[in-house]
Amino acid sequence: MSLKDFGGTRFSVYKKRSEGEQMSFISYLINGISLGSVYAIIALGYTMVYGIAKMLNFAHGDVIMVGGFVTFTAMTSAGMHPLAAVLLSAVACTVLGVVIERIAYKPLRSASPLAVLITAIGVSYFLQNLALLIFGADTKTFQSVISFDGISLAGGQLKISGVTLVTIAACIIIVVGLTLFIRRTKAGQAMLAVSEDRGAAQLMGINVNGTIALTFAIGSALAAIAGVLLCSAYPSLNPYTGSMPGIKAFVAAVFGGIGSIPGAMLGGILLGIIEILAKAYISSQLADAIVFAVLIVVLLVKPTGIFGKKIQEKV
Amino acid sequence: MKKLSKTTKSNFITYGIVVAALIVGQVWANSGSMSSLLKGLLVPLCAYMILAVSLNLTVGILGELSLGHAGFMCVGAFSSALFSKMTMDSLPEGVRFLIAILIGALVAGIFGILIGIPVLRLRGDYLAIVTLAFGEIIKNVINAIYVGKDANGLHFSLKSVTELNMDPEGTILINGPQGISGTPKDSSFLAGMILLLIALIIILNLINSRAGRAIMSIRDNRIAAESVGINVTKYKMMAFSISAALAGVAGVLYAHNLSSLVASPKNFGYNMSIMILVFVVLGGIGNIRGSMIAAFILTLLPEMLRGLSDYRMLIYAIVLIVMMLFNWSAGGRRFKERVAEKFRGMRKGPAKEAK
Repeated sequence: MSLKDFGGTRFSVYKKRSEGEQMSFISYLINGISLGSVYAIIALGYTMVYGIAKMLNFAHGDVIMVGGFVTFTAMTSAGMHPLAAVLLSAVACTVLGVVIERIAYKPLRSASPLAVLITAIGVSYFLQNLALLIFGADTKTFQSVISFDGISLAGGQLKISGVTLVTIAACIIIVVGLTLFIRRTKAGQAMLAVSEDRGAAQLMGINVNGTIALTFAIGSALAAIAGVLLCSAYPSLNPYTGSMPGIKAFVAAVFGGIGSIPGAMLGGILLGIIEILAKAYISSQLADAIVFAVLIVVLLVKPTGIFGKKIQEKV
Repeated sequence: MKKLSKTTKSNFITYGIVVAALIVGQVWANSGSMSSLLKGLLVPLCAYMILAVSLNLTVGILGELSLGHAGFMCVGAFSSALFSKMTMDSLPEGVRFLIAILIGALVAGIFGILIGIPVLRLRGDYLAIVTLAFGEIIKNVINAIYVGKDANGLHFSLKSVTELNMDPEGTILINGPQGISGTPKDSSFLAGMILLLIALIIILNLINSRAGRAIMSIRDNRIAAESVGINVTKYKMMAFSISAALAGVAGVLYAHNLSSLVASPKNFGYNMSIMILVFVVLGGIGNIRGSMIAAFILTLLPEMLRGLSDYRMLIYAIVLIVMMLFNWSAGGRRFKERVAEKFRGMRKGPAKEAK
């Protein structure tokens, strides 16, 4: 046996391991994109509301939780078909979003942004504690709404679950649909106009209050879908489920440039990838810290996010 | 006696309220009629009031929205608890607590400067989200730190206890997510109220000084302030780091009231930062006395509603929303103006009103 043979075997062992590592890297990446897609769907709601109503809707994360609970109850207590349950939760959250906007935010249209922020926090507390009263504090096991098994690639080395595929597909459909809606429809154009200049939009005959209500409706429906997808991927549901994903989606929206739809999508997906990779390769304890650190670095280099517009300041 | 100016008078009223509350609290606690629940709330109450007035310095006087105030509290709490635990046997109680307070304030202040350098370049909502991010980072990192002490000195690790490579007889000081346990209980209501008084004296004197006026001019119009030669970065930094250092003091107070200190999302996460912000906004942005009183009422409110058990947090949320709507909505403002008009009419009489 020559030295060369030793080298050869060692090399092939090394190669095999690296192939396995590559596969696990790819599967982490796909999981990251999937989690990121959920963040992106939530971030879209955040960014649209911010762009149009100029407010940070802290209660958005809790609408996700409500969406999850409605689907859960519809499926377990009423025995509804998963698809019908998702539809019902989207409708329920849409109504909830519009009602919240009408009662809590509309009277504060001309108040300082800080006052609106605190009211949104109040709404967030309200939703959490209402859910706590109705459903209790214990964590429920959410039964996935997706019954599709998923696919396996590269000779079974790479498995992609059904939830992952559906989540990524849903995100793409939503982003494309939303972009078309804003570009092609009158209501979408009205949204753009209101986000550019509320006063001028009103002078042009646009129904500003109606447009803002529509934005809340769309954002909340998206939150419901995100809630279902999130709970299908991570099957635990309690009254606080929505708050951390909500905060992270907000970070994603800022990351991409708040107010921008492609920014929210890119920010969400990047955030998901960073989070999963940091959990896998660095430390699961520090993953959140790393996500936030990346956000800080991005904002320091580009203070208005990746797709943010630079605002000229005047005295 | 020299005639006092309006602000001096107002400041002395604030100090008077604190001293009166201290006396009432002490007498009540010593009389034995205070429930143990309320007794347990006295020190956190002081900590929350200090947090509220210190955050008001950033939000109300400097005019920057910070959502990471709990992070500074966390730094102050852990640095001082670590110190107290290390010197538990070597220093007498009073001296140890005094040094612990100074350490908490100093470390939190240094973090304030370090975080302030990048953060204060940003504006508005972006600044808010970055402070939130820093607060979460601090909490997460502290949850991942392991510190141990043995004959060879201190050992640090970010992974686990076994990674510390300590002698078997070494002691663990910070045990990752389990935090610090066995901190001496040095905090008391008296110490808390004295610290609150000191915090108030520092902040109110700062506001009425040349530096305070410079800080407020930056809040009102940054560009105009810069054009008259005010060093914007210096004064922003000053307000931000003083606010952070005082939050650190509140952290010291909080840490030395608990036998085991854990950085959970509930006590040092963004929820806590938001709660402090709620105190500030409801008490009136820029109104130091108001935020102190709001912290007092809102801390006690859930306890007073304890009889309603499960409904209390729901009621708290509704009270919060209704108060905001009443204070800030157009309808609520009109109502307040009408009431104010009526009172003015009663005081001055209808004759003056006709003019």
